[in-house]
Amino acid sequence: MSTAWVNMRGWLLMLPLLIVMVAVIGWPLVDTVRLSFTDAKLVGTSGNFVGIANYVKMLSNTGFQRALVTTTWFAVISVAAEMVVGVAAALLLNQQFHGRAVLRALMILPWALPTVVNATLWRLIYNPEYGALNAALTQIGVLDAYRSWLGEPGTALAALILADTWKNFPLVALIALAALQAVPRDITSAAMVDGAGAWSRFRFVILPYLAGPLMVALVLRTIEAFKVFDIIWVMTRGGPANSTRTLSILVYQEAFSFQRAGSGASLALMVTLMVTVLAVIYAAVIRRTAGAR
Amino acid sequence: MLKPIKTALLGATLFTAAFAGAAHAETKLNALFMAQAAYSEADVRAMTEAFTKANPDVTVNLEFVPYEGLHDKTVLAQGSGGGYDVVLFDVIWPAEYAANNVLVDVSDRITPDMKDGVLPGAWTTVEYEGKRYGLPWILDTKYLFYNKEILEKAGIKNPPKTWDELAEQAKTIKEKGILDTPISWSWSQAEAVICDYTTLVSAYKGEFLKDGKPAFQTDGGLDALNYMVDSYKSGLTNPNSKEFLEEDVRRVFQNGEAAFALNWTYMYNMANDPKDSKVAGKVGVVPAPGVEGKSEVSAVNGSMGLGITTTSKHPDEAWKYIEFMTSQATQNAYAKLSLPIWTSSYEDPAVAEGQEDMIAAAKVALAAMYPRPTTPKYQELSTALQLAIQEALLGQATPEDALNTAAENSGL
Repeated sequence: MSTAWVNMRGWLLMLPLLIVMVAVIGWPLVDTVRLSFTDAKLVGTSGNFVGIANYVKMLSNTGFQRALVTTTWFAVISVAAEMVVGVAAALLLNQQFHGRAVLRALMILPWALPTVVNATLWRLIYNPEYGALNAALTQIGVLDAYRSWLGEPGTALAALILADTWKNFPLVALIALAALQAVPRDITSAAMVDGAGAWSRFRFVILPYLAGPLMVALVLRTIEAFKVFDIIWVMTRGGPANSTRTLSILVYQEAFSFQRAGSGASLALMVTLMVTVLAVIYAAVIRRTAGAR
Repeated sequence: MLKPIKTALLGATLFTAAFAGAAHAETKLNALFMAQAAYSEADVRAMTEAFTKANPDVTVNLEFVPYEGLHDKTVLAQGSGGGYDVVLFDVIWPAEYAANNVLVDVSDRITPDMKDGVLPGAWTTVEYEGKRYGLPWILDTKYLFYNKEILEKAGIKNPPKTWDELAEQAKTIKEKGILDTPISWSWSQAEAVICDYTTLVSAYKGEFLKDGKPAFQTDGGLDALNYMVDSYKSGLTNPNSKEFLEEDVRRVFQNGEAAFALNWTYMYNMANDPKDSKVAGKVGVVPAPGVEGKSEVSAVNGSMGLGITTTSKHPDEAWKYIEFMTSQATQNAYAKLSLPIWTSSYEDPAVAEGQEDMIAAAKVALAAMYPRPTTPKYQELSTALQLAIQEALLGQATPEDALNTAAENSGL
């Protein structure tokens, strides 16, 4: 078989998928780019060409800048927390003990819940009048009185991050757990015999095995966290006083609530661009760590 | 010679009739409602069932969303080619829906009986620039609910007639140690806070727009926000109000944790239901108070209407459905959570039975309903105002600065 034919066969086999991808991703993307240079409304007018006016307007908008900061905070803290909690959970679940299988299955539960269910659940937990969190904290004496977690700008974002972390750490834990299975037991035993402490064993023996898979988890989670919408929409709708309004909420408001499809599209593309940049950086890092190993 | 033609004609007619009949039987309407305040989901389903029983050739698919999703869902469906035949719309949307061709102009379908029978104030719910885009269905405003037992305990004889009096009474209740934060509102960053604010704007005789330009940042509009901020900072208002929607207010009130609460009609019978409420039998309701020298009572037009979308392929059946849902018979039968749009219903003892106080308050308040601004850019204006109110409540900006910023960002 000639290499040309092999090449060709590869493309032929991928063709159906490519057609579908062009139809559901390529074409809408191109159309979004076109829209972003118009003043189109969601219903009614299809819009006139306005050049880069939408982009200029958005970049100079303080609402956009603030949403970018809020989104970055949300993404950095929630992903960091998910990585730490996820790896810790994986290490625990990698130990030999009775009921491990049950616990492993249970751990998946938050991740398997639909985000909307999770968000509603946490809204009940945070409820200022009869929420479980208030009840627990006042009963153990941490708080004197019930307080409003989602109604104060100081705590609303933190409360959202906690809810998001609870939902998403199982993914990290799952990936880490899979990687841990690949760590040869004789190496850890040898390290122990050599007198390495628990931290040293984790840092120098186990972590190198986890680095690659964790990078993948990091990429996935960061991109997801940067696009966060549903959990916030259900829990605070961007409030109080816009303190939890992320970029995706801004896009939604612009395009759907205000019906400005044009500037909404330009905003959405900027978010896409940022996520793409993140993905490219991560991909480069992954390639380098893979090469180093 | 004529006979075969006649037969042919007859045959053709029968044929067409048969097919028209078949096509008719397949008429399927999609309707979008909300699951929040006013008629309950169960009520809407029961009404619809009665309609399909009377019209077996039509089926109606019902969809319910929270109020917060109603506008966006409608607009999105329309933007992607339709999907709904009948949509519930809030009084603040006809301008935008008319400007963007979302709803059908139904001015010609409205009969003289409707024109004469429906309360004049109700029509403003569906009107924009002299045209009507549906029929009013939910006639509602925010009333002042009070807990009779708490007022009695505090030695207060009558519910407040002015907003200042309300603050004084709340202070008495707080000082006597009966309740720490006696007043509950729905001040979440949502349309709900605008309804409470508008009630106060109407009390202070403020104006949202003057000649199409924002005017809420001065006079009555500013007084209204100052009142909210004072009430919040003085501790008379439940601080959690700033994350409450109407349902949260209802729960707090039903638990006996509020002496005063601003809410829609539906709370009256729900809070009086002993199965669900700790304050059943102690619920008082009056029109929201006024301001001395300015107003006797205050009220926001929080009504909603039913309209036909421009993408509907069955506008006639859709109209029939709307007529049924808004008919006096239907509305009188389900008058416990939402009051009828028909003038004569308010004199009907069957409607008033068991909710005489509610009807008495409604007669006064419905006549005083104050509109939120009518503009195609309402959503932007409202979003800017919601932010301003929350910033002022949280002390991030003075009421003046916050409202000035909102005026700049209102898109008007």
